[in-house]
Amino acid sequence: MQKTQQIKYNRAGQKVVSPEYLLFEAPRQKQFMTGSEVVKEAVKRASVDASVSYPITPQSEAAHLIGELWAEGYVGVYFRGESEFSVMSQLAGCSMAGGRAITTTSGPGTLRAMENFPMWAGSRLPLQLVLMARGVNSPLTIQPDNLEVSFLLDTGCMIWHAETAQELFDMILAGFVVAEQPDVHVPLITVIDGFFISHTREAVMLPPDDIALPPYNPYISPIPPIDMEMPPGRFLRDPFVMKSNYTSYATHASWQFEVRAAIERSRPYIRKYLKGLVEEFGDPEGEILFIASGTAAAQAKEATQMLIHDEGIKARVLRLKTVRPFPAKEIEEAVKGVKYVFIPEFNVVGWLEREVRNVLYGKTNVPIIGSPKVAGGMTMPPEIIVEEVLRILGKEVKHVP
Amino acid sequence: MSQHRKRRRINIRMPAIGGQGAVTAAHIMATAADHAGYYAVSNPFFGAEKRMAPAESYVRIGIEPIYDRGEVVYPDVIMVFHPQVITMGKSYTMPFYSGIKKGGLIIVNSEEDLLSEEDHKYLDPLEVKIFNFPATKFALEIAGTELATNMAMLGAFFGATQIVGTESVEEGIKARFLKRFVASGGTASLDSAIERKFKKKLELIEKNINTAKASYEVAQEWAKDQGIKPWLPAPKETAKV
Repeated sequence: MQKTQQIKYNRAGQKVVSPEYLLFEAPRQKQFMTGSEVVKEAVKRASVDASVSYPITPQSEAAHLIGELWAEGYVGVYFRGESEFSVMSQLAGCSMAGGRAITTTSGPGTLRAMENFPMWAGSRLPLQLVLMARGVNSPLTIQPDNLEVSFLLDTGCMIWHAETAQELFDMILAGFVVAEQPDVHVPLITVIDGFFISHTREAVMLPPDDIALPPYNPYISPIPPIDMEMPPGRFLRDPFVMKSNYTSYATHASWQFEVRAAIERSRPYIRKYLKGLVEEFGDPEGEILFIASGTAAAQAKEATQMLIHDEGIKARVLRLKTVRPFPAKEIEEAVKGVKYVFIPEFNVVGWLEREVRNVLYGKTNVPIIGSPKVAGGMTMPPEIIVEEVLRILGKEVKHVP
Repeated sequence: MSQHRKRRRINIRMPAIGGQGAVTAAHIMATAADHAGYYAVSNPFFGAEKRMAPAESYVRIGIEPIYDRGEVVYPDVIMVFHPQVITMGKSYTMPFYSGIKKGGLIIVNSEEDLLSEEDHKYLDPLEVKIFNFPATKFALEIAGTELATNMAMLGAFFGATQIVGTESVEEGIKARFLKRFVASGGTASLDSAIERKFKKKLELIEKNINTAKASYEVAQEWAKDQGIKPWLPAPKETAKV
């Protein structure tokens, strides 16, 4: 008997295709666009039910463009919240009601919304926040700086860090797919370094816009949507902490472990849809190893090429695509045989350095050098990274005028 | 990078005055280079710009994938869009040529030499070439508006560096003005103001293209006199997608 193929369409009239087809098989065309514009292109193909926005530099344009998608019929619900706190709360409502929802924010907005992120995770909402990192106000800055990621590390959300506009596009789509797996089902914070990606224009390969991800199916959720009589909904309505007994303590504690275990269970899906938790770049024999994520990794790649071509120094980069889950095994593997590990970062606290030191503690004698670090909007020219490496190696610095 | 090695990359810094269209110029420059098969990335200075205050944008063009992001601290080319960048220090870096690489190029929108003896003393040993080019005057003559200064600067850059032909410059300009895109609310309203002034969009594009092409030719002549060869090897076919 001849099989008939059933073609499904989403609310916008786009043909529903498998995530594998959308991400890996569909023909792609080159466009020249900014990271903000790329967010629009990704959301357009993600069968998104709801988005709530609030303006803050540098993510305002991306939020605005999602609004255009709503006007064009690609996004079900779109409105402006009263503040970032409202935005993240309202988005939680959208997700609890069974919708696929996404929003964007930056710096001080992230901190204002902070209470909601562990709530998202505890409620097992597969929401996505595109975080265009900018400095937090100490003092005021609107410039790139990713200190805010440090605050988010232990919220129970997955954290991915895109390096380019292209990767941001692919991560937003893959992000929904991974976050919505029944055995994962936790929120995802997709980080880019604000301005460096959001405001930079580069070549991006995009699949056609008449195809989209399958809509979110709330019935595959590991928890019933908005059921206030059982966890985690009940945590919100009727917190256990108000009933001081060991059952309540144990429930709360075990649920927190479960949220973190769920993040760990995302690994095989990340390997499938992101092609790994890390990317390796440069000379595989490199004795100088940079461990970095986001724009710091991009700068380290540039420095690696300068070290190899101009200084004759073997170098390589281990670029982390995900920070939660943290690729500990991959890092342990990568440091074998290297002479120095450098961790360049765009923040003053060195959150990635702390994470790396944590997983390598007692496992290697390789010196870990947490520099260069720049912050408050400063750029990190690859020349500065090369200079730092040469300084540590005791070599002459000649290429910087 | 040693100047004996072949250039793999040109990093361009464009110090300008808010309102001159340096961000648009950077966008078109990168699009034109992309059209010609190079890898290219452009970005503005990350701040709150305003009219007549310093504004800056950056472009990176190369024969290999470009990872580098942010402000260009060590430029190969500096394009000074307004004399006040030099005369009034309207620049994010002091002096405006700080970080310029050996064998670099400075294009100044001015008929006369605005650099001091001290500036020349610093730049001469670095073998930095200086091209004084009256872009605003050019824009007024050809497009009839000083708003086309950025187009004249754009043409001057490609004429002087000889990395792409005028057809790619034309493509870049068309891609910018024929495609709907949002840079910011301010830019959008500026665009509509320009459109009203020119009445018709196509007329605007034509004037922009003519200004860029005419500047290209002048700069090409200058480059010939200076014995300048193309700044980059021809792009690899693989860069074309």
